[in-house]
Amino acid sequence: MTQSSTEKPAEKKLSFKFNAQSYALIIALMMIVLIFGILTGGEFLSSRNLSNLFAQMTVIAVLAIGMTLVIVAGHIDLSVGSLAGLTGGIAAILQVWFGWDTVWVVLAAISAGALLGLWQGWWVAYRAVPAFIVTLGGMLIFRGILIGISNGQTVAPLNEGFKIISNSYLPYSVGYLLALVGVVLLFFSAWRNQHKRQQLGLIIEKPIKIYGTLIVYTILILLLTYMLNRYNGIPVPLLIVIFFGGLFIFISNKTSFGRYIYAIGGNEEAAALSGINIKRNTLSVFVLMGALAGVAGVILTSRLNAASVSAGEMYELDAIAACVIGGTSLMGGRGNIVGAIIGALIMASIDNGMSMMNIETFWQSIVKGLILIVAVWIDISSKKQSSVSS
Amino acid sequence: MGAYALQMEGITKEFPGMKALDHVTLSVEKGEIHALCGENGAGKSTLMKILSGVYPAGSFDGRIMIEGREVSFRNIKASQEAGIAIIYQELALVPEMTIGENIFLSSDLMREKVLNWNRIYAETKRWLDYIGLDIDPQRKLGDLTVGKQQLIEIVKALTKHAEILILDEPTAALTESEVEVLAAILKDLQAKGVTCIYISHKLGEVMRLADSVTILRDGQTVDTFNVDEITEDTIVTKMVGRPLTDYFPYEEHEIGEEILRVQNYSFYHKSTDEKIADNVSFKLRKGEILGVSGLMGAGRSELFISLFGGYPGKSYGSVTIDGQSANIQKPSDAIKAGLAYVSEDRKRYGLVLGMEITKNATLAALRNVMPKGLIDASLELKSSEEMTNKLNVKTHSLEAKVDQLSGGNQQKVVLSKWLFTNPKVLILDEPTRGIDVGAKSEIYKIINELSQQGVGIVMISSELPEILGMSDRILVMADGTISGELSREEATQESVMKLATTRRDNHDPVIN
Repeated sequence: MTQSSTEKPAEKKLSFKFNAQSYALIIALMMIVLIFGILTGGEFLSSRNLSNLFAQMTVIAVLAIGMTLVIVAGHIDLSVGSLAGLTGGIAAILQVWFGWDTVWVVLAAISAGALLGLWQGWWVAYRAVPAFIVTLGGMLIFRGILIGISNGQTVAPLNEGFKIISNSYLPYSVGYLLALVGVVLLFFSAWRNQHKRQQLGLIIEKPIKIYGTLIVYTILILLLTYMLNRYNGIPVPLLIVIFFGGLFIFISNKTSFGRYIYAIGGNEEAAALSGINIKRNTLSVFVLMGALAGVAGVILTSRLNAASVSAGEMYELDAIAACVIGGTSLMGGRGNIVGAIIGALIMASIDNGMSMMNIETFWQSIVKGLILIVAVWIDISSKKQSSVSS
Repeated sequence: MGAYALQMEGITKEFPGMKALDHVTLSVEKGEIHALCGENGAGKSTLMKILSGVYPAGSFDGRIMIEGREVSFRNIKASQEAGIAIIYQELALVPEMTIGENIFLSSDLMREKVLNWNRIYAETKRWLDYIGLDIDPQRKLGDLTVGKQQLIEIVKALTKHAEILILDEPTAALTESEVEVLAAILKDLQAKGVTCIYISHKLGEVMRLADSVTILRDGQTVDTFNVDEITEDTIVTKMVGRPLTDYFPYEEHEIGEEILRVQNYSFYHKSTDEKIADNVSFKLRKGEILGVSGLMGAGRSELFISLFGGYPGKSYGSVTIDGQSANIQKPSDAIKAGLAYVSEDRKRYGLVLGMEITKNATLAALRNVMPKGLIDASLELKSSEEMTNKLNVKTHSLEAKVDQLSGGNQQKVVLSKWLFTNPKVLILDEPTRGIDVGAKSEIYKIINELSQQGVGIVMISSELPEILGMSDRILVMADGTISGELSREEATQESVMKLATTRRDNHDPVIN
């Protein structure tokens, strides 16, 4: 065809740029890890600390997973911190005051989150009140309810069964087994994908590139498992993050709902004329966000073994920051969950590394704020360059 | 003729991976209207961005001389100070501000410590009189039609007393009478010694307005002519680099049984309860191309968006598709019933610009690539590859975002999206607006092929030659009703225009 000769160079440039963008995040994370590793004399990279780090990031990571969908759909949710606090509070109250079993407590907390998400989503989708306002209202309302139902007291302690959600580790053998299963699945899906593309006569990437990346992932997974196993094993909350991360990556890539929220966030009018039900899909996004806030609430209460009235304060901002650092555009239509989880890890690393160095906490706020601004600046300037050239 | 107002010599501009301009030469004589023609992607806009300082000196090779003196602009402000004003296709106005505020936004009048509003609005009134618009200067700009806003934008450039005025597709959104206003303004400016560079796809206007024309193709200057020594056909041939034997490749095709019947259809504005279309009835048959003509504001687009379920106001009447009575409340109902609607504004209503070509192509019929209830990425890629190949979408990768494509290719992606839904009736609203000649003729070919396959086609268009050239039958709309119907044989420019202007005698079509 005529296009092949003239358009080739553009393709090269494009794929390079794409790689540079997605690697920038990983490079940033590695630099942060390296800097803290050096400044703490290696202590930052110790098995014990890595284990702590992953435990610390989980709440924000779970919130950021849902927040990615909300922001991609072109909205925002400022209530997730309060909602995680409230659902965590409901969990603690049901167990400590009413003696419910852990399973029912967890289900109740997640359902409460989903229900309140539904309520907020209804205002946004069916009453056309901007999400910023609805969820700002929700932030105040949910915090108020939490203080009301707990009489302003800290509710503690929880059952042993509830505590293990955030405070337990996988046995070493199970950890290795899971890591191995994960690696096999990675290779299998890559192989199946290639096979399928071959059958359909589509272009296949060079095997070196595909399997090279896979081998890097494998090394990372095994190394991480080894490091964590040198301490107590893989923390269960990390497993929860991986589970929900995987689930929501699946939802966003493989279901029509996932595709539609990207379309809605990218261009709502075009999406509507393509037959997409804007309201129902928007509502669903908020329901899912609420449910994930419930999950985050459970993890939080379990980790602290208590529910306090201030639990989860400002978490909404950390979650939003994690998404944005991970490449999600506040304009909607663009973002990915892996990035958000890495963003959460970057935020947690900064908290963790700086407190290890005994730097006063106010510096953590300042540094995180600066990183947020710089991350968005890098994103915007890289986009500007690409738009000028096209 | 006189001296050169502007000379651009050997302009070469490279973007990573591609050469946008390759030793382009442009010489414009003082006081002339100089048209710049070329297909989309030929480099017209890039050249003007260099001239106006968007791409600063140093980011390209070559020389720019104004009145014989070499200049180098570091930014847009520097080019403005040298007397260059540019009016872009996309309006650079603030809809929430008044007309006066918009016109003088960046003028010295706005830099005084205490603003003299009386003077600002008096000046505005003077300018509005000059261009023959009788509107209150304190009216909110967003209340005006796009065509009027375009005129305001031109006024804004005039207030800066530019010596070289660049107009990038100024008439795309203008009505016939507004084009006349613009033509008069340009002639007046010319008399005052202002030089104009006029970028347009509408060659009829170029021939009428311009003194000379420079043609660009693939980033290179093809040639410069006086308009007296060239014809429209030659311009087209030079632009595309090959003779275009037939603009409108109408082919005889079989017309089958009735596929769409609309009876007594009326609908209302969403908030004011004003009737927009009144008692419209028409039929469409399989394989038929039904042209819909009418002036701006006749309610053509609104009617079909409403039939498609995309208009928020109430509607009454009956719609029958392929013998089945259709109750269309929302676009998904319409898609299920076999309708497809290609909007006139593809960037706003047709595409998710930041999304990949593949994903745009499958958006309206995602179920087709979900064999097991989940999106099959390989199948999706394969299906959209087949569809986009059929429509000859030119791209280096289907995983590229659609905002990287040219207008013509974007339009083909929109068409792909709707053909994926296997429509029985395809509604095309201004299918060739703002796309270049080559892509236009490809789109006409696609329309012909679809009609041969038995798809009923509604083609709304403001371009009369297109309507006359492509349609089997023509509906003319005026004031929200169908004012007449013409067969292919009956239809002429005059007969269509006559029907389009009926019942509009004491109704100014320009003012909202």
